[in-house]
Amino acid sequence: MTTDRTLTIAWLYGTKMNIYGDRGNVLALAQRARWRGIAPDVREVGLGQPIPAAADIFFFGGGQDQAQIAVSKDLAGAKGEAIREAVEGGAALLSVCGGYQLLGHEYRPHNADPLPGIGLFDVDSEAGSERFIGNVVVDSRWGALVGFENHSGLTFLGDAATPLGKVRVGRGNNGKDGTEGVVYKHAIGSYLHGSLLPKNPVLADWLLAAGLRRRYGADDLPPLPNGIEEAAHASAVARAVATR
Amino acid sequence: MSRTAALSNIRLMASVASAKVTAAGIRTLGRGGGTSAPGLVAERIDPGLLGKLTARLPDGAIVVAGTNGKTTTSRMIADILAASGLEVVHNRSGSNLVRGVVSAFASQATLTGRPGGDIAVIETDEAAFPEVVRLVRPRLILLNNLFRDQLDRYGELDTIARTWRASLAQLGPESTVVFNADDPGLTSVTQGIGASRVAFGMNGQQHTLESLPHAADAATCFTCGADLAYKALYVSHLGAWFCPACGEARPALDVAGSDIELEGVESLALTIDRGAESDRYAIGVPGFYNAYNTLAAVAATRHMGIARETVQTALVRFRSAFGRIERVAYRGRRLTLALVKNPVGFNEVLRMLTGGTGELLAPTLIAINDLYADGRDVSWLWDVDFELLAGGRCTLATTGLRGADMANRLKYAGVAESRILALPEGLARGLDGFVDTIPEGEPGYILPTYTAMLEIRQILTDRGAVESFWEQ
Repeated sequence: MTTDRTLTIAWLYGTKMNIYGDRGNVLALAQRARWRGIAPDVREVGLGQPIPAAADIFFFGGGQDQAQIAVSKDLAGAKGEAIREAVEGGAALLSVCGGYQLLGHEYRPHNADPLPGIGLFDVDSEAGSERFIGNVVVDSRWGALVGFENHSGLTFLGDAATPLGKVRVGRGNNGKDGTEGVVYKHAIGSYLHGSLLPKNPVLADWLLAAGLRRRYGADDLPPLPNGIEEAAHASAVARAVATR
Repeated sequence: MSRTAALSNIRLMASVASAKVTAAGIRTLGRGGGTSAPGLVAERIDPGLLGKLTARLPDGAIVVAGTNGKTTTSRMIADILAASGLEVVHNRSGSNLVRGVVSAFASQATLTGRPGGDIAVIETDEAAFPEVVRLVRPRLILLNNLFRDQLDRYGELDTIARTWRASLAQLGPESTVVFNADDPGLTSVTQGIGASRVAFGMNGQQHTLESLPHAADAATCFTCGADLAYKALYVSHLGAWFCPACGEARPALDVAGSDIELEGVESLALTIDRGAESDRYAIGVPGFYNAYNTLAAVAATRHMGIARETVQTALVRFRSAFGRIERVAYRGRRLTLALVKNPVGFNEVLRMLTGGTGELLAPTLIAINDLYADGRDVSWLWDVDFELLAGGRCTLATTGLRGADMANRLKYAGVAESRILALPEGLARGLDGFVDTIPEGEPGYILPTYTAMLEIRQILTDRGAVESFWEQ
């Protein structure tokens, strides 16, 4: 049965943490659900608003410095706990850039107090002295993932952390160890903008399948034609290689 | 003359001469307009060139900055000043990095280092603004707006606002800052500065938006941090804003626009009130965003004391900057080119082309490049409200280095795949493939990013369709 299904997508701080096109990830999840007859129920979760109990999939984007301070405070306590519990219970999650950093243990800026994260991922981040800007290709268990990084924060994986993949082009987590992002259960942290999911539909479908399993115990996800997505993926990889 | 002064002069002359030689060389080689390399050479020889040249201008310098509309607005101002009888030095071809500014000034200076005019109109990009202001000590600064744009190049909006505030704080009362008070960010960065402030903005409930578009950065109150609300919202986060929490609000307008009439892709008219005077202005450029540009240009030039009749006449004759909006006859089709460079600008172009009907009125080619001047990150396409095109019938074609990303964006906006024509990334083939789909005598729209626009224009020029922009 592919009818009458629904998925709740919790978009964390959609207004404050939506730097440069990360909204495309939410569009990709919602459209790829809709095209399969699954009704997406997208709920923005702002400062002071509780995590919806029904959330199957989370998206958490990047923001400007001021916004990240407010968000870090807002996540402390029950709200962060609710996100961790949901992921432990099988919910899917994608976090990008600033959102990724705030789901680790902490982020240490230059000349300011550390911003505590919620510790979902066993990673630590700190301000770096160089800005990594450019196209990125990551070799991962989903195949090649392609996007654009623009960050000066450096993220280091703890012993318990599994990277999203290895950078073929670009700098990734910290420019040193060749890793990019992190995966824990069905939660992903990554530095890739682009937007990431629309031109990496395999990853979008992996998140949707996890969301369906959490909600319905089964992940019946009929295939979709991906010609346009694959062309975008191929041209982005070609540009990344050409501009490396 | 002291030895130091003499050396400084020699360096200045050598610098100007080398810029002229570089520009001539580039043109001889047929490499385009030569709008920035000469400046690079000149700057290497004399880093103080821009300041020295502008200090010699009898009527001083005007600096125009803002994410969108600075090229058009600075051209309007230059035309108005020229119509008033002044000889204007202007970096006219839209090359507005520090280098481009220096190129323009070196090319218009005499070999002895005299600036080629009475007054300068300097268009500068967001990143170069503090340096340009420091070098030229402008008599008037015009600030149009601050939107998010090319994060890979300019950084975050907060960062730009901080550097602008520091730069403006250096100015004394001999300078005037004319700013768009509809932009809460610009109101904030100009608060408490030593220069005198002239606020402009829009009034009225016509052409308002119902809610903040996705491209808008959420506007928060600079006094208390609460989310701002609007009595009227015009473009992105520009409007008659107020803070429901602490009562902070848009400052009183010194110059106010209202009663805007938009005539499709052709022209517009608006009423501008300034103190006791109220005048109607008509101009041959389209779109609500150009109403803002017109308002800005009128606010600046009337403040400088240019007669209202001179301003009105110059604006009636005004033609837009190359590629910003341009009508071209090619292979019997009527093409309209409009530059797209960031989410807010793209939204406004779509608003103009759909004319409030929610549908494009002609087949459209979107050409997306990802070179440095375009912004290397194409993520910004996801902030543009292409969803409004989902209901139409016209073909939407894509080309350019990242044309495939654009086609994908349209698919996720809900545009039927049967309407999406993904053409090859090469712009010549993309252009021809697109023109083939338009019946002869019919219109088509072309929406390129900056370098795609330069290349498409070159293709059209080579085929005899338009003049080279640097000859305008």
